Amino acid sequence: MSEKIKFTIDGKQCEGEKGRYLVDVAAENGVYIPVLCHWKDVIPAGSCRICTVKINGRFVAACTTPVEDGCNVENNTPELQDIRKAIVEMLFVEGNHFCPSCEKSGDCDLQGLGYLYQMMVPRFPYAFERRELDASSPKIFLEKNRCIFCKRCVRMIKDEKGKSYFAFKGRGKDLEISMDKTIAANISDELAQKAMDICPVGAILKKEVGFATPIGQRKYDNVPIGADIENLQKTNGGKK
Amino acid sequence: MSKPIVATASLAGCFGCHMSLLDIDERILKLIELVDFHKSPINDIKTFTKQCDIGIIEGGCCNTENVEVLREFRKNCKILISLGECAIMGGLPAMRNGIPVRECLEEAYCDGITVGENTERIMPNDEELPIILDKVYPLHEIVKIDYYLPGCAPRADLIWEAVVALVTGNELNIPYELVKFD
Amino acid sequence: MNEKILGIIEAYGRSPYRLVDILLSLQKEFRCVSDEAVNIVASELGLSEVDVRQTKSFYHFFTTEPVGKYAVYLNNSAVSEMMGMADVVDEFEKLCGISFGQKTADGLISLDHTACIGMNDQEPAALINSVVFTGLNRQKVREIVAAMREGKPVESMVTEYGDGNNAHPLVLSMVKNNIRKAGPVCLGEYETGKALARSLTMGSKAVIDEVKSANLRGRGGAGFPAGLKWQFCAHEAGDRYVFCNADEGEPGTFKDRVLLTERAQMMYEGMAIAGWAIGAKEGILYLRYEYLYLKAFLENVLEEMRNQNLLGKNILGKGFDFDIRIQLGAGAYVCGEESALIESSEGKRGEPRNRPPFPVQKGYKNNPTIVNNVETFCSAVKIIENGAAWYKKMGTEDSSGTKLLSISGDCKMPGVYEVEWGMTIHEMLRMVGAENVQAVQVSGPSGVCVPPTQFNRQIALEDLPSGGSMIVVGKQRDLIKDIVLNFMAFFEDESCGSCITCRSFNMILRRQVQKVVEGRAIKPDLDNMKDWGEIMAKTSRCGLGQTSSNPISTTLANFRELYEARVKDEDFQSDFDMEKAIAESCEAVNRPPIVHE
Repeated sequence: MSEKIKFTIDGKQCEGEKGRYLVDVAAENGVYIPVLCHWKDVIPAGSCRICTVKINGRFVAACTTPVEDGCNVENNTPELQDIRKAIVEMLFVEGNHFCPSCEKSGDCDLQGLGYLYQMMVPRFPYAFERRELDASSPKIFLEKNRCIFCKRCVRMIKDEKGKSYFAFKGRGKDLEISMDKTIAANISDELAQKAMDICPVGAILKKEVGFATPIGQRKYDNVPIGADIENLQKTNGGKK
Repeated sequence: MSKPIVATASLAGCFGCHMSLLDIDERILKLIELVDFHKSPINDIKTFTKQCDIGIIEGGCCNTENVEVLREFRKNCKILISLGECAIMGGLPAMRNGIPVRECLEEAYCDGITVGENTERIMPNDEELPIILDKVYPLHEIVKIDYYLPGCAPRADLIWEAVVALVTGNELNIPYELVKFD
Repeated sequence: MNEKILGIIEAYGRSPYRLVDILLSLQKEFRCVSDEAVNIVASELGLSEVDVRQTKSFYHFFTTEPVGKYAVYLNNSAVSEMMGMADVVDEFEKLCGISFGQKTADGLISLDHTACIGMNDQEPAALINSVVFTGLNRQKVREIVAAMREGKPVESMVTEYGDGNNAHPLVLSMVKNNIRKAGPVCLGEYETGKALARSLTMGSKAVIDEVKSANLRGRGGAGFPAGLKWQFCAHEAGDRYVFCNADEGEPGTFKDRVLLTERAQMMYEGMAIAGWAIGAKEGILYLRYEYLYLKAFLENVLEEMRNQNLLGKNILGKGFDFDIRIQLGAGAYVCGEESALIESSEGKRGEPRNRPPFPVQKGYKNNPTIVNNVETFCSAVKIIENGAAWYKKMGTEDSSGTKLLSISGDCKMPGVYEVEWGMTIHEMLRMVGAENVQAVQVSGPSGVCVPPTQFNRQIALEDLPSGGSMIVVGKQRDLIKDIVLNFMAFFEDESCGSCITCRSFNMILRRQVQKVVEGRAIKPDLDNMKDWGEIMAKTSRCGLGQTSSNPISTTLANFRELYEARVKDEDFQSDFDMEKAIAESCEAVNRPPIVHE
């Protein structure tokens, strides 16, 4: 049995197992910390930084930081909300995100965070960099314009020998997501679906389907991102 | 006290934002109690003859005419509102941004699969035509914009709430469902 | 070609951990790592092609197309620019008939830029086929290009050798040591093996205690107590590793270059002492690619030390086994970060890891690993030899001992100085013969830009910490353009991109500085730069993004008037330029670019 510990998030008493990542423990306590790159039980990338919180005055990523007994976490403070909003705005200008034409619109986590923080216009200048669309695989599109470099596909989509379908290419300003044309030519339906589902934006899409859910019924049309987590405690009646 | 004067325009947009404005349904009667409309496609007034209070602009700037109209609005309106995705970030027309404009023109007039015969590779160049810009510009990259209302199109209720708040000076509290990027 | 590729893969035991070495060998053999080669490597190592390509594309010195038979990589760091890089660029381009970033049609010469190559005391400097050329000017470029046209070997173009081991038959380099002040620790008297012998009689715990009690703090810049790091690592279970970080990439630092040249034995001895202290059998020297010219020499020193039984099996008959191999980098500043350095040594992209776990817990191949700077290991040798008390007599209360400073820029005597911690900037400037100083950039681009009003501050971990880079900026320089913009362009290039804030904000901030330099900025832009830089510092994952807004934030704080003189006092400014915006489309459709009002 792991050691139980107590800590606070924005003053709220929370408890959890020592050593587990803050973002997961927070969710179990009904506290939503936004994520884009994190995926439960997958080795964290710590790449999107949207889950930045302050613990005992220090800025850390909640997806890579294990909870410690007695720590005081700041999560929904104006300072952190502005930082997160800035990250969302930055992602909207550094890639090319044309929501009205995107199949993921309404179900997109980046967009969901834009709604949550009521982004009206990004504070940063648009880059409008040219990026490619890789349609070489018979099953999936890789729309690089929309990639936010979360590395979920890089970490999670592998073939039976452990080979990667997706990997980064270049670095810094030239960084891009790339797909292995050789093995992606034979990707299974199941894996293609998984790749699309884990992508927080519309960068990986399964071919031949799109816009399946009508506007008004999609994930974030009426319910803000994270609402499921924030409501957890209510439905649980506070039990653990 | 005279009513605030509103002007509107659609630049590189699809008029969807204006359609959405009309989607406020019967509240349009209330709206004309609150404001007067000057230059706008809604009443077909084509030139500014007086100073306006609020300019509402849909669409980004994809050609020289868009830029001229936008600058004219800035001159003649106290407050400018970017209405919709195209005005805010270029929208779908801006999907060509990043691709050299020459490539876009050649695709449209010479090489695209929907192009008929054009062996001489003629592209429209009459002096009367506005000139295409190198990319589609969001409005705030050309003139100062005071407010932004996102959406494609922005929800009718969002436009209504925002305009009423602006005119009455009441605080604007936007319900979650109203801010959408599609 | 295939056989050669297979041979190279075989030489590294078909191990994906050695991917960087394999790619380096391919680049050397074929002057590129072609797509075809990538595919062969991928299939032989059981990786997907994108896996190989992601490592390859991370490093500056791997290319897909062949570089020229003579591949020129000219340093474009700030000090190189200050010392006349523009003339060198102009002369190369004129004579070769190509621009930087291009290759001559006959494939003879390629011209590229690269970040600081550790020669800031003898700029402008370049690597040509990994041979270092320093103090370049128009005349020297003419001679070099003429020799290249004659097809002479690059080595033969070096006619005069530098001092000390730069003239060693295995080095034969024109690089000068420029040791201006030798202190008692790293550059003082040194007898190989003495401290190691003493360590082996002391016992490992006593060694750690001695280093702890000397308060030896990491010399790479961060200043983490070395003894504590060793102690943490010693307590972890597994095959422990000792890494020496010789990836000094912070622009303006070159003191490790001098230690590698003149104190290689001492550095290796320090690694062996650390190995004994933590219970490691293997050490790795991570040598930046830019110092490839020292590799044969450094290999030879290892061999000599094995022959002296200072490395290898049963060292000095005390039953201690420890050996060292050299791991080359391939051009990436971020690999100076310890966890990125470990990733790179495992054949991967040099992306910093998330922590915890820390390298002392899970480092190389997930084993407990210590990573220390060259200078740290050298200092440890003297601490063991002379004792902690001797060491602590030097320096300040919080920063004991000496520090090697690499001083360059606008001063009469650029070079390496070993000084006690606690020296003021004033004293330093007097020492190097610097007058009319506008600012001193302390600890490189990621450090602090210090104005004259603060020249009484001390170089010490508790005041102005420094990894060694000290750049003197004279009054004649355009601080924002020559320094801040250069530094931001450097960070934009060198951000690994794996954490999104560092990748994007460095791009956004570089463009903002560009705006200021070009006179397009307005007052609110300055506040934006400050705010956005703070967001990057607060949210980025590793030290790179946490400090890369420093060039902006420290100059905005200390030299705000320089910015204010260049920005417009308006609340809105458009970058839109009608003439520019219509030029291309008018040309494409063949109409005059005239806008009718």
